Amino acid sequence: MKRNSIKYITVAALIAGGLSSCTKKLDLLPTNDVTSAQVYKDTAGYKKAFAKVYAAYALTGNSGPAGNGDVQGIDEGTSDFFRLMWCAQELPTDEAVVGWGDVGLPDFHSMTWSSSNTFLTGLYYRCMYQITLANDFIRQSSDANLSSRGISGAGADKIRQYVAEARFLRAYQYSILMDLFGNPPFVTEADPLGGPLPKQISRKDLFTYIESELKAIDGTLAAPKSNEYGRADKAAAWALLARIYLNAEVYTGTAQYANAVTYSKKVIETGGYTLVSDYTKLMRADNNLNKNEFILTINYDGLHTQSYGGMTFMTHAPVGGSMDAAAFGIAGGWAGLRTTKALVNLFPDGASSADKRAQFYTDGQNIDINTISTFTDGYAITKYKNIKINGGAAQSKDYADVDMPIFRLAEQYLIYAEATTRGGGGDATAALGYVNALRARAYQSATNGKLTALTTDLLLDERGRELYWEGFRRTDLIRYKKFVEATYLWPFKGGSKDGKGVESFRTLYPIPSADVTANPNLKQNTGY
Amino acid sequence: MRKNYSKKYVLLCAFLMMSVMAFAQTGSIKGKVSDETNQPLPGATVTIDGTTIGSTTDVNGNYAINNVKAGSYTLSIKFIGYVTLKQAVTVNGATALNFSLVPESKSLNEVVVIGYGTQRKKDLSGAITNVTAKDFQKGVITTPEQLIAGKVAGVSVISNSGAPGAGSTIRIRGGVSLSASNDPLIVIDGVPISNSSISGAANPLSLVNPNDIESFSVLKDASAAAIYGNRASNGVILITTKKGKSGKPVIDFSSQVSASKLTKEVPVFTGDQIREYVKANGTAAQIAQLGTASTDWQKQIYQTGITTDNNISVSGATKHLPYRVSAGYLDQDGILKTSSLQRITGAINLSPTFFQDHLKATLNVKGAQSKQRFANEGAIGSAVSFDPTKPVYSGNNRFGGYYEWLNNPAQPGGGLKDLATLNPLGLLEQQDNRSKVYRSIGNLQLDYKFHFLPELHANVNLGYDISKSSGNVIIPDSAASNYKGFLDAKGVTHRGLNNQYKQKQSNTIFEGYLSYAKDLKSIASHIDAVAGYSYQDFSITNYNFGNFAHDGTEQPGTQPVYPFDKPENRLISVYGRLNYVFMDKYILTGTVRRDGSSKFNPDQRFGTFPSVAFAWKMKEESMFKGITALSDLKLRVGYGVTGQQDGIGNYDVISFYNLSNNTAQYQIGDTFYNLYRPGGYYSLRTWEQTASSNIAVDFGFFDNRITGTLDYYHRKTSKLLNQIPQPAGTNFSNYIVANIGDLTSNGLELNLSADVIRNSDVTWNVNLNATYTTNKITKLTLAPDPSYPGVFTGGISGGTGNTAQINSVGYARNSFYVYQQVYGSDGKPLDGVFVDRNGDGIVNSNDLYRYKSSDPKGYFGLSSNVNYHKWSAGFVARASVGNYAYNNVFSSSATQLSIFNGIGILNNASTNLLETGFTGTSDKGRLSDYFVQNASFIRMDNVNVGYNFGKLFHNTGNLRLSANVQNVFIITKYKGVDPEVSSGIDNNFYPRPRTYVLGLNLSL
Repeated sequence: MKRNSIKYITVAALIAGGLSSCTKKLDLLPTNDVTSAQVYKDTAGYKKAFAKVYAAYALTGNSGPAGNGDVQGIDEGTSDFFRLMWCAQELPTDEAVVGWGDVGLPDFHSMTWSSSNTFLTGLYYRCMYQITLANDFIRQSSDANLSSRGISGAGADKIRQYVAEARFLRAYQYSILMDLFGNPPFVTEADPLGGPLPKQISRKDLFTYIESELKAIDGTLAAPKSNEYGRADKAAAWALLARIYLNAEVYTGTAQYANAVTYSKKVIETGGYTLVSDYTKLMRADNNLNKNEFILTINYDGLHTQSYGGMTFMTHAPVGGSMDAAAFGIAGGWAGLRTTKALVNLFPDGASSADKRAQFYTDGQNIDINTISTFTDGYAITKYKNIKINGGAAQSKDYADVDMPIFRLAEQYLIYAEATTRGGGGDATAALGYVNALRARAYQSATNGKLTALTTDLLLDERGRELYWEGFRRTDLIRYKKFVEATYLWPFKGGSKDGKGVESFRTLYPIPSADVTANPNLKQNTGY
Repeated sequence: MRKNYSKKYVLLCAFLMMSVMAFAQTGSIKGKVSDETNQPLPGATVTIDGTTIGSTTDVNGNYAINNVKAGSYTLSIKFIGYVTLKQAVTVNGATALNFSLVPESKSLNEVVVIGYGTQRKKDLSGAITNVTAKDFQKGVITTPEQLIAGKVAGVSVISNSGAPGAGSTIRIRGGVSLSASNDPLIVIDGVPISNSSISGAANPLSLVNPNDIESFSVLKDASAAAIYGNRASNGVILITTKKGKSGKPVIDFSSQVSASKLTKEVPVFTGDQIREYVKANGTAAQIAQLGTASTDWQKQIYQTGITTDNNISVSGATKHLPYRVSAGYLDQDGILKTSSLQRITGAINLSPTFFQDHLKATLNVKGAQSKQRFANEGAIGSAVSFDPTKPVYSGNNRFGGYYEWLNNPAQPGGGLKDLATLNPLGLLEQQDNRSKVYRSIGNLQLDYKFHFLPELHANVNLGYDISKSSGNVIIPDSAASNYKGFLDAKGVTHRGLNNQYKQKQSNTIFEGYLSYAKDLKSIASHIDAVAGYSYQDFSITNYNFGNFAHDGTEQPGTQPVYPFDKPENRLISVYGRLNYVFMDKYILTGTVRRDGSSKFNPDQRFGTFPSVAFAWKMKEESMFKGITALSDLKLRVGYGVTGQQDGIGNYDVISFYNLSNNTAQYQIGDTFYNLYRPGGYYSLRTWEQTASSNIAVDFGFFDNRITGTLDYYHRKTSKLLNQIPQPAGTNFSNYIVANIGDLTSNGLELNLSADVIRNSDVTWNVNLNATYTTNKITKLTLAPDPSYPGVFTGGISGGTGNTAQINSVGYARNSFYVYQQVYGSDGKPLDGVFVDRNGDGIVNSNDLYRYKSSDPKGYFGLSSNVNYHKWSAGFVARASVGNYAYNNVFSSSATQLSIFNGIGILNNASTNLLETGFTGTSDKGRLSDYFVQNASFIRMDNVNVGYNFGKLFHNTGNLRLSANVQNVFIITKYKGVDPEVSSGIDNNFYPRPRTYVLGLNLSL
């Protein structure tokens, strides 16, 4: 027996020894994915990570068109930034209805969304995702990290400019969150990943933060029109400042129209931008050629940047009924989006207006909507086409080449005009001139559409005519106090055929319940 | 019954005595021993009690004992697994006596395979159910797990579809995981196999030939399974294949031919009905779209599937080398056109012994090659939806001649209508998706009994499971399904498809254990101990390919960034078990396993999974000994903790950067950049743990003619691997599989087996098993949050990203999450009207409620086998109660919107539309609880009859013919085609056919 126990001990020791030598075998690494040290080892790697910070607002994930999504809990095809932001900004307004019954989607137009709405949750997480990527990039690009990775001189300067742009993108997304959700969680590069739960920031404090960030990066950003296509420059930061100042009263309780005048003027006067000649050619497959008017674009590409969101959505979803898909440069429409007669009626003579911005498809379409799910109820809109400016074919019929200008000169004209009209101290003649420049393009005539005076109400309508379906309408209606109020109605507003007012708390979207659950620091917005 | 039995016995004895008296006084006994179906029993022993004189039956069951002095004797006829027959005989000359043995009812002496060893069934302390070949499901069974469907209490085996080789959803005591896998661990001859699917194979298990399987041991509770700690939470199924037995070579040949047919079509409008409906409800333009045909599209896509299954095996032993070699060929055509499977299998088993039996070696090598053609199952839904007023063929050559919807029907050369339903037959016949898969599973097990200490064994097991698969998907450029194609750099459109896929899997295992068994007579004790080490590696190589048009042009942007990806994970474990039996009455078993997994951070990597069980053979106590009717009584109590780490990512504990593919680049300046994306991670991830207790009674009555087991279990899973939302801004993924959540489940299982009749003419046994089970999620978030709805699951078709189920606190897993339908006074559902459950004046997602679950409350299996002389007959029925299914066929095709859709074509609709009149315009309509239907059912799985011809060629050989019907009928209230949907979402899955089988078994 004694001999046996020695045997046992030997065997046990062998097993124990074998086990400890083998635990190293449990350290396995992925075949193709790499660690941060490998990514950020040189400037080329920095650029690929930096490009992702931008791409986060264009793509839905890391496999085009789908298959490796960034944001979970939502169908990947609907999870990109612009499509979701567009739905939140346009569907609850007079400018758009959607016929699809995806759960939560019709709640936009009927204004009955809840805090578990999938699209709102997806949008919120998409915005926070780009912020999180920006934070990580900024952290990886700290001076300490650059020097430890042996990056200095011109390479380091380039990266410092990337950092300024990452801060711009972060500020941009915070401005979207401020506008839609009001009081989001607040994280910067100072908050480590997986660290303590983020604190909530108030809408007002967030306004101050965005303002200070945009001003702080002004020195580092490239001069207007001097940066690579698709990257933000000083003008983009000014344009965003102008936009938030225009809405400052909504965000903070205090109007700042003078600042809106200052920054829109800066874009207009020092940016060097000009209007392209034909409004109907703005949203085309090769509209990168329109960069004289475009301050910053989200870049899409039918071959290289594929998703079911963004401009693929904007060129497919409004095509149905008797519309010829080929005329839109696509293989087939998705038969979803139309507009209400309220938008049509903004144009004199409606769809057959001399104002060329009235890009409606009416053949077989009823101007009145009886059933939202019926595509032929409500005029379709033909503003977005995946064909070239000269009519040539795009690269793909399934994924759009069109780039989306999230800042363009026309908006700055309208900001200047409205801020001036609201007493921001701008030059009233110049303001009128800017609006008439837009109208001259719209009418293809310096005289036919010419206005002689501006009023704020007229400017809301002008914004509708110029900027419809570009993701501004909800913000505009709220600023004009026409979003939830019963004073302005459109078909199926509030779910009622002739329209009705809804609860005032709906000027803010709810913080998604998913994050309220995950982060006890968050307090739900009033009413939800 | 008992009376009847005795009567027969008396008659038999009388007959024997008469025969004995008739013979002269010389000495030999000859005859034949057969089993209850009159098949010869080779290897049975016939001995004369009190002597060493005896004989063993040969391959034909014949025995002969010569040189017996005249006189009276008692003969014992023995065969393992059969009741020993004692027979008084008076020898006087050449005596001829034939015997028929009846099987032991639920033999308690049978040896059961347990983890790392075997145990006598009567010494078991855990919940282990053993199913051997004689109790398997019969008929054409192409995948092993279907052999035990409905046979074991607490085990549900639901085939995923009727496709050739389709896999099954196996649940042992229901699922306890949310995001991790709920599949049990399957161990084949000591090789734990990976649950990952093999590309190109409908189901990885379909590469194992069911005909090679001898038995299944199902380890249900923690005390039985905890020895497999890391992967045991969902139970363990140990599969043992057939081995060679001593004796002359036996050749077994079996052949089956079967015909499968569709049982029921989805009820849809006929051509005339749709014409009538459209004329009554459609616009002029829609009426103009009507055609004149009356096509039954479902009839077009289904066929009678013929299957042949041939198997041959040779087994026997030469001196010290028992062997078995087998080969099989299965050729199956599915009932959906263009689906088929051809499988060649081979297996070799050698179990030689060396050094006076001190070293036992077991070599198992199984190999399979399958060639499969996968049908485009989208055709099933298309056949439901495609307009029946249209003909199958258009009369011209476009789209291969198949009728399709065009943008403008007046221009036959014009564009195909986008998003239109495609011709179902075209979808099938214009897709050629074929795979070829090779898989081999094998191991070499060496068991050495120490020369100086025979109680001690050292056991080494080296095993592998490798597969290689590849396939091609070819769609001609005329096909409508790939009409869009893509543009090349010159702007030329390329259509069709010519894609390939390829995968390799390689799993290896090394195990070594020591076992020690000793009787300690002085203290009336017996000890069994096992201690071992295990190393397992699971590696998959997925090759990446671009997308190619039929003409071989590669689609721009689809060339892969990396040629392949090779996900891999490892497990390292040590384990031990101590089994202590005292006075052959009290059994105490303890096991412990410590596992390390490469999926976790080094400091969270190891988990320890202990178990303890106690069994008391109460029948051995004096107070029960006197009760003659009670033949067995045992109480078992066990507790243990098991772990789970399957079904989650391999590398998620730190953030890795993934480089985007070439169609997910971003343009900066004039350059398109591939993107480095940091991935979501969860550094704290660790083992999901299930603590379970089991209390059970095993009983037997009337000489074990009635036996049974009643088990109660309670399980609590904690640290649930659960997909939960992350605080925004703290991670690169907004949902991550974290260890947050608890789930409890309880169940009651009853297994009853009765030999209703047991005599030499007739045997009839009946087996009933019943399972009652409930589960409830008790925690899903770090801090309790009543406002958190839960984790959405159960994706449905229609729209994008819609789900119909949810996992929420306080409810069962996979509860449906739907709107409450309002009904009119006529009992019909009101279109688009739902209950405002929270009373806030609007109906939105806050009014969704949890309604029923897809998990059954109870399920049952009933098997019966009758043998009468050369005839045998049996059936297996299964039932399930309390399971609900979401009828996605109704929700997407039983609305007016399905006929008059936004695409601008006409579609067909389910006839359920006539009952509801749903317009389909309500966005909430799809989530009406009207579509959640009671899917309880009783299904007659199998009815079979067989006839044994006995000897065929001059005293050798044996022939048996059988006939089976599988999936005979189903009784259910469910309104869809088939209520048995394990996911709970019924959406046009490949229907399970009814199959008629003729079989032949020949042994030589």
